[in-house]
Amino acid sequence: MNFDAEAPAPGERDVDFSAVDKVRLVEALARVLPAGALRYDAEDLRPYECDGLSAYRQLPLIVALPTREEEVVEVLRTCHELGVPVVARGAGTGLSGGALPHAHGVVLSLARFNRILHLDPHARTAVVQPGVRNLAISEAAAPHGLYYAPDPSSQIACTIGGNVAENSGGVHCLKYGLTVHNLLRVRGVTIEGEIVEIGNHGLDAPGYDLLALITGSEGMLAVVTEVTVKLTPKPQLAQCVLAAFDDVIRAGEAVAEIIAAGIIPAGLEMMDQPATAAVEQFVHAGYPLDAKAILLCESDGTPEEVAEEVARVRAVLEAGGATEIRVSRDEAERMRFWAGRKAAFPAAGRISPDYYCMDGTIPRKRLGEMLEAIQAMERKHGLRCINVFHAGDGNLHPLILFDANEPGELARAEDFGAEILELSVALGGTITGEHGVGIEKINQMCSQFSRPEITTFFRVKAAFDPAGLLNPGKAIPTLNRCAEYGRERVSKGHVPYPDIPRF
Amino acid sequence: MSDLIEQWQERVRAASAAGTALQIRGGGTKAFYGRAPAGEAFDVRGHAGVVNYEPTELVVTARAGTPLAELEALLDDSRQMLAFEPPHFGATATIGGCVAAGLSGPRRAAAGALRDFVLGVKILDGRGEVLTFGGQVMKNVAGYDVSRLIAGSLGTLGVILEVSLKVLPRPVAEATLSLAMSEGEAIARLNEWGGQPLPLSASAWSDGVLNVRLSGAEAAVRSALVRLGGEVVAEDAADAFWAGLREQTTDFFGDAALDEAGTSLWRLSVPSSAAPLKLDGQQLIEWGGALRWLRSTAAAEAIRERTAALGGHATLFRGGDRTTEVFHPLPAPLMTIHRRLKHAFDPAGVFNPGRLYEGL
Repeated sequence: MNFDAEAPAPGERDVDFSAVDKVRLVEALARVLPAGALRYDAEDLRPYECDGLSAYRQLPLIVALPTREEEVVEVLRTCHELGVPVVARGAGTGLSGGALPHAHGVVLSLARFNRILHLDPHARTAVVQPGVRNLAISEAAAPHGLYYAPDPSSQIACTIGGNVAENSGGVHCLKYGLTVHNLLRVRGVTIEGEIVEIGNHGLDAPGYDLLALITGSEGMLAVVTEVTVKLTPKPQLAQCVLAAFDDVIRAGEAVAEIIAAGIIPAGLEMMDQPATAAVEQFVHAGYPLDAKAILLCESDGTPEEVAEEVARVRAVLEAGGATEIRVSRDEAERMRFWAGRKAAFPAAGRISPDYYCMDGTIPRKRLGEMLEAIQAMERKHGLRCINVFHAGDGNLHPLILFDANEPGELARAEDFGAEILELSVALGGTITGEHGVGIEKINQMCSQFSRPEITTFFRVKAAFDPAGLLNPGKAIPTLNRCAEYGRERVSKGHVPYPDIPRF
Repeated sequence: MSDLIEQWQERVRAASAAGTALQIRGGGTKAFYGRAPAGEAFDVRGHAGVVNYEPTELVVTARAGTPLAELEALLDDSRQMLAFEPPHFGATATIGGCVAAGLSGPRRAAAGALRDFVLGVKILDGRGEVLTFGGQVMKNVAGYDVSRLIAGSLGTLGVILEVSLKVLPRPVAEATLSLAMSEGEAIARLNEWGGQPLPLSASAWSDGVLNVRLSGAEAAVRSALVRLGGEVVAEDAADAFWAGLREQTTDFFGDAALDEAGTSLWRLSVPSSAAPLKLDGQQLIEWGGALRWLRSTAAAEAIRERTAALGGHATLFRGGDRTTEVFHPLPAPLMTIHRRLKHAFDPAGVFNPGRLYEGL
């Protein structure tokens, strides 16, 4: 076999879809969808122009709102036949522009697939439609003492279909896993209109692990129409330890010491001083404002388990130089400790007209280096940044503060963000821990992966979607994009972090 | 890139050019698993050693040829473990073979499967390219999850060169209980307990006896012992029992049990709450009811039909005809995706051809 002569993988080069004929497409879709399931006037399309990353906006040609799987099959077959891009959409809470419409395509909303089909408390599983909200599953399971473990901060609004597409996490994933660890089965439709059942009602399935592949695939492999999730017994009790440190590096070391002591807390979060100050004036959580960093460490389980673990955590934190330790005395106090952490994003919105949230993950031991580098970047770009982390699993959410109405600030915030992501890769981490690549981080994919690796991603996509019509232009950068991005980085006068070993 | 990897790249390119099948091999302890291996031996044991292990990061990175026993001993020194308790099936098992086979042991229902702990892989594809996917961090959603795709693919997509796995601390306390009960009662109790915050870490029912292992904080194990009742098994006997189950060295799994003419060992993956299957033969139930081992002479069709009707699948694990399909047949649309994925990674079809499914 001569591989040099191989054609590029489908989708590897930019494709021009401008020849899509809207009138013809509306006619074709009207034949397969009931009245009221199609939107194509500009004012009706407006609510779909962006997701949670509102800096990017684009009107689609059409929005389709099917209610039955057969309709999804017909929409996809029609789009396949006419060569039209399709962007699947849940609640539109994503933070990376994964559901940003295609200018020449259809937005396929799964919002009307909003029923819990079956909940089996004995087997601890639920079969749900993709438009069911994350929190609604836990609410339905609550009377049985069960819940759905992954809890992204948007859980009140985000849908399980979107969670599958993004492999969403949350504050408890160190102990309870991400979406990929809590799914049994996904039913979906390919762009060719084939129904596929991926996974099983048991704990594993025959053949390749397509369930892992489709989880986090950002709507690029198939459209999900049904999801079977695992339900977890609700812990009897949860207690939170709040520890203050007079040095950020020391706080980072304390995180490592907790892990080294053999403890896997239910949640382990860190906030730096600017973040603490920002949330305190907003929610009055009672955080120590003189601390350079605070840690929140949660234990859950039976009352005996929690008491044992909290005592061990306290001992580690005391030995680790915490300047103050508080243990929540009741549920109200525990909620107050968390209120500040959970209000970090809105608090950033309160102290700054706009903010830009990053999502890199790094090995925990590099936390200090990253924080120092971010401080230098604040000076370089002339913007402030407040830092909150899922410290237990090394996932950073620096919030870059800026004002989009000030000329040039958005561009500076984007450069600042790109620099953080590239440093994440250089420190042995990744550009995205849980928010996805979407359109937002697509350039940085060129930094994290080699050309043959990116080509492999396109080949994987083509195994599901040979025509390259599901969410084209997202998540995996084309050859052209990386070439342009490479030129831009070099023209700014340097290759990022040339002296840091890559591994 | 080391000289060895460069040699392997050359060898793979040459094999792809000539269409020569390669049988990727570590310690050979799982050669029985899957369809009959074919092709020139491609031994990966020369690429061995732990690349990076930092207990506080909860991650270990090792080359494919690293002996599994050596890796587990290293983790044990820091009181950590591979929480999915992979079976070794022999002293020479390697971590590469372990990930390629994708098998998990007794703790799987409580802690997760091998694939849940795979954070990253480095592979050699059929074009001779060295590719890295995933990484060494807990959360990573950049690009498709190729690392987990490779786990359990039986070497049909590429040569695993290196893997990064999440590790966990060993439980502070552990205890085993033995309770006499029928199959139906055991399935009911296991599912009932599974819905409660109990520190269950393994279960095994056979011959009217249910053994359960409890792992976690001292206090949690102590209170669960009282609550569940039954007889406490002495520590040494308990360790031997779970090791025998994990390594399939107990009488139920022993070679003698398969010597009878036409007896095969089936692995049935079903919903944990499925009522007793009432198939001909002897059963051993693990994973809270979700894994049923069946030693039987029954026809493959009957076994497959029964498990599929429950939403599960059946694998001809040991014995039987290894030239027929040993894994549950896939529906046509999924088989099409499998073929395309195989072609994406291994266009000339040289890696372990036919080991997973015929033509793959």
